[in-house]
Amino acid sequence: MSETYYRPHDLSRFSEMGKERPELWAKFLDYYNSVFADGALTAREKALIALGVAHAVQCPYCIDAYTQASLQNGADREQLTETVHVACAIRGGASLVHGVQMRNVADKLGM
Amino acid sequence: MRPLPIVSLRARGHLLAAPAVQIAALARTGVPGFEDVLARHGRAPLEAGVIEVLQVNVGKLCNQTCGHCHVDAGPDRREVMSRETAEQVIELLKRHPAMHTLDVTGGAPELNPQFRFLVEQAAALGRRVIDRCNLSVLLLPSQHDVVPFLAAHRAEVTASLPSFRASGTDAQRGEGVFAKSLEALQLLNAAGYGKGGGLVLNLVHNPVGAFLPGDQASLERDYRRELLLRHGIVFDQLYTITNMPINRFLEHLETSGNLERYMELLVASFNPHAADGVMCRSYLSVGWDGALYDCDFNQMLELRANHGAPQTLAALLAARGPTTRRVVTGRHCFGCTAGAGSSCGGAVAG
Repeated sequence: MSETYYRPHDLSRFSEMGKERPELWAKFLDYYNSVFADGALTAREKALIALGVAHAVQCPYCIDAYTQASLQNGADREQLTETVHVACAIRGGASLVHGVQMRNVADKLGM
Repeated sequence: MRPLPIVSLRARGHLLAAPAVQIAALARTGVPGFEDVLARHGRAPLEAGVIEVLQVNVGKLCNQTCGHCHVDAGPDRREVMSRETAEQVIELLKRHPAMHTLDVTGGAPELNPQFRFLVEQAAALGRRVIDRCNLSVLLLPSQHDVVPFLAAHRAEVTASLPSFRASGTDAQRGEGVFAKSLEALQLLNAAGYGKGGGLVLNLVHNPVGAFLPGDQASLERDYRRELLLRHGIVFDQLYTITNMPINRFLEHLETSGNLERYMELLVASFNPHAADGVMCRSYLSVGWDGALYDCDFNQMLELRANHGAPQTLAALLAARGPTTRRVVTGRHCFGCTAGAGSSCGGAVAG
């Protein structure tokens, strides 16, 4: 099956989201660009955070874009890999820590 | 990057060792001609004005064989500048005070027998002198006194360090180069370089792969913090330089299947403001044999200064002096006009 929901060239169509409500798109872009401007964190650090989040939300477009952005801003493969492990650890940890909820319910209902 | 070849394209008898083959490979990518894009933005023809920087490539001999080298330099290369040509360089500087900077490059320029002559003479003329240094050369036994020599003549050191981490630097420049680079930087710092006391130490970042460099100011912050915290190293400025799709970086692009994509990226990122600030407007490039070029990249593609401009040092010395000249261009020029632009002094446009 050649058709997929995710097609690489769709990333370049992102701006089509501004067609019906350009003012919302403009606000989003303005905010987005401000977020990624150099601040207390450098462009490399922000790109790595974005890469980690991209893996957590499993967005293939963001993974593609922020792998490139991380490399472009001076990160290396080891740093990229550690970033993905951080995302994985937090995702996994978030599941595991909810085990306490499970324990609460089980403790209440069980004997 | 792929594992590094141990010798130059030339020594391997690689087809890409021929400049004409490289120029044809760039044309086959299907990207438009540089002059056409310049014209579309109202910037053609590209013309040089007053020459402020005389960039002298003293030869292709180098102790390293970096994967992105636009010179195809290496230990096997034997092209080196003679004393006669070096004397012509100094004579040209004497006659043209507007050429305020002598920028010495290679190869590893320190390995050339004329290197110290050029530095001494240009410094004596009061010119700013830049040594484009690969760092590891400073550790060679034959170069044990080169750092004090550079310091004594107040020569600036512009040193290659593509990453503040080992993996990136070694992938581009060879196994173990990062450790040697740190050792050399510590030597330079110990001699007073990079400490704000007038001995200038600038670093050069080239992307370790087929993409454009990131924001120069942001990368400089990362370099400054990481090198100081982890290695106690200080420096003045960081220059980001785009990898030029010629010689060994072209080989890398071809073998990794990235050539078309990279050329499309360069063209799509064309920045007219960067085109306004390209270095060929104020540089003149001199080859090891005294031939003249609009830049070091044209030199490596054997595209001599043309459109009526003198083509050798001897011809330029015999002429009344350098005048406005039209720059010789090709598709490789997109490397200098992409994104924030790229020059031997780093990014040229915000």
